[in-house]
Amino acid sequence: MSSATTTKLSFPTELTPKVKANLTSAARHIIIPFVGILAFLLLWSVAAQNIDTSLGKFPGPSAVWEQFQALHSEHKASREKEAAFYERQKERNAKRVAIDPDYIPKIRDYTGKETFVDQIGTSLITVMSGFFLAALLAIPLGIAIGLSKTLNIAVNPIVQIFKPVSPLAWLPLVTMVVSALYATPDPVVPKSFLVSMITVTLCCLWPMVINTAVGVASIDKDLVNVSRVLRLPALKHVQKIALPASVPSIFTGMRLSLGVAWMVLIAAEMLAQNPGLGKFVWDEFQNGSSNSLARIMAAVVVIGFIGFLLDRIMLQVQRYVSWDKASAAR
Amino acid sequence: MSVLLDISHVDMVFPTPKGPFTALKGVDLKIKKGEFVSLIGHSGCGKSTVLNIVAGLYQATTGGVILNDKEVTEPGPERAVVFQNHSLLPWLTAYENVELAVKQVFNKSKSKAEIKDWVEHNLQLVHMGHAMHKRPDEISGGMKQRVGIARALSMQPDVLLMDEPFGALDALTRAHMQDSLMEIQNELNNTVIMITHDVDEAVLLSDRIVMMTNGPAATIGEILDVTLERPRDRLGLAEDPEYTHLRSEVLKFLYEKQRKVEPLSRKTAKVKPQQKEGEVA
Repeated sequence: MSSATTTKLSFPTELTPKVKANLTSAARHIIIPFVGILAFLLLWSVAAQNIDTSLGKFPGPSAVWEQFQALHSEHKASREKEAAFYERQKERNAKRVAIDPDYIPKIRDYTGKETFVDQIGTSLITVMSGFFLAALLAIPLGIAIGLSKTLNIAVNPIVQIFKPVSPLAWLPLVTMVVSALYATPDPVVPKSFLVSMITVTLCCLWPMVINTAVGVASIDKDLVNVSRVLRLPALKHVQKIALPASVPSIFTGMRLSLGVAWMVLIAAEMLAQNPGLGKFVWDEFQNGSSNSLARIMAAVVVIGFIGFLLDRIMLQVQRYVSWDKASAAR
Repeated sequence: MSVLLDISHVDMVFPTPKGPFTALKGVDLKIKKGEFVSLIGHSGCGKSTVLNIVAGLYQATTGGVILNDKEVTEPGPERAVVFQNHSLLPWLTAYENVELAVKQVFNKSKSKAEIKDWVEHNLQLVHMGHAMHKRPDEISGGMKQRVGIARALSMQPDVLLMDEPFGALDALTRAHMQDSLMEIQNELNNTVIMITHDVDEAVLLSDRIVMMTNGPAATIGEILDVTLERPRDRLGLAEDPEYTHLRSEVLKFLYEKQRKVEPLSRKTAKVKPQQKEGEVA
């Protein structure tokens, strides 16, 4: 690099240290992970060929890739069908209105099966709704617990007992309660969505409550004294001191619980039959065609990628919001 | 001048698992308006406890503090505190840190523009005008302490309480900060109580040096009037016989009369990590 800028053009016979360093860092960040993935794919395909199931051979990478393409083309075909359906309906309605001007056209929704992409969307909406509902409940509760020792002592046993419970144990209870309380003839959202969402909320709640409470309770004593000297009213103390001081640990809790939430969601969707990725996996398993295993494996890969992306997004949000940049590195 | 602050018959007893511990016994001190008083003593003698009682952060077990004919029962901005480790809110800039205090104290009496001017004025007073929009983690320890002082000054306190304000700073920065503080003091003539463990600092800055006996049941041992003329100059004073005399008076009190004898068997001996010459740990 530097040799190119000299007046006399000379080609480096050796790599300059800087170029070398760049290459090593490129090797470390691109080539080595690439080799790792390659080795994994190789192991996978070798292992897959040696596993026979009642639904045929275990899918290798190529079979899964095929199913990815199949899922994509199914999605495209379904979208075309949907567009065509609405087009036909529009034409039909226009004709009837032309004949009979008093006719009020009826618009019917397309009732085709959800595609894989729709199911990803449903899963994401469900997990985010559950997550935000949990945040809405947990952060104020956590702040209250962090500020009041008495409340902390009162609530702590309950939190400690419910924290280790798998949210799936709640699912039958949630299902029954939702069925009992949400019995409207024209529901805004399907019951299965509510059940999955509340299950996610239940599993997000505890890590968020605990981390928020710890964050608020461990505020530097001097900062609390500053607030006392300034005679900040309680609400202002929360707004100006307690909340900002505990933002790093609140976000640590949120990141933890989002990871757990995504894992729990898949299982919840299987049981609650919420039309998301969990239901996709379950339906394919029940379907039992020769492609089923490959399609489930495709879903597994997608679930993994989305989980990874959700964590990265949370990390970026945490870096952006948090004043303590070191806490985001954890 | 009349008495502004009256600390009278203050006892402080802390409950401990081993039974009550008497930290302070019969502390009496009257401070006039505009006086700069420093509290000096060995560590653990209860200097900080006295300051915290004046601040209202602790309640005296018996006795009390009267400021402007009113008893102190809770913390308040008229007794602004400069904490040892600056205690700025790390998520706010220097400006915002001072602004929080100004808004809280002068919300009703100052307009938006006046608040802004007042915040900037106080930051300029401590020579932080150039870095007011930096956050605490972007400025040095001395600069953080300057902002801490600006925040306390901006509340226009009746008494400014400083808890070892320069204790965490290196010697050069500390000297610089002491000069700055004298300069500000010249201009504003605040009433100040400062805790220090630095003998030179005490003599240089104070009108009176209050020397405390060792705890438990610590109290005021001697009070030394510092009549050196102001403005004081660090270099000029170094050769001044009066200064040398005062300095040795304080040292005598600390190392002869109140020599801290700590038998080796006692595990509770508190040792401060950094000990410099002329400094009491």
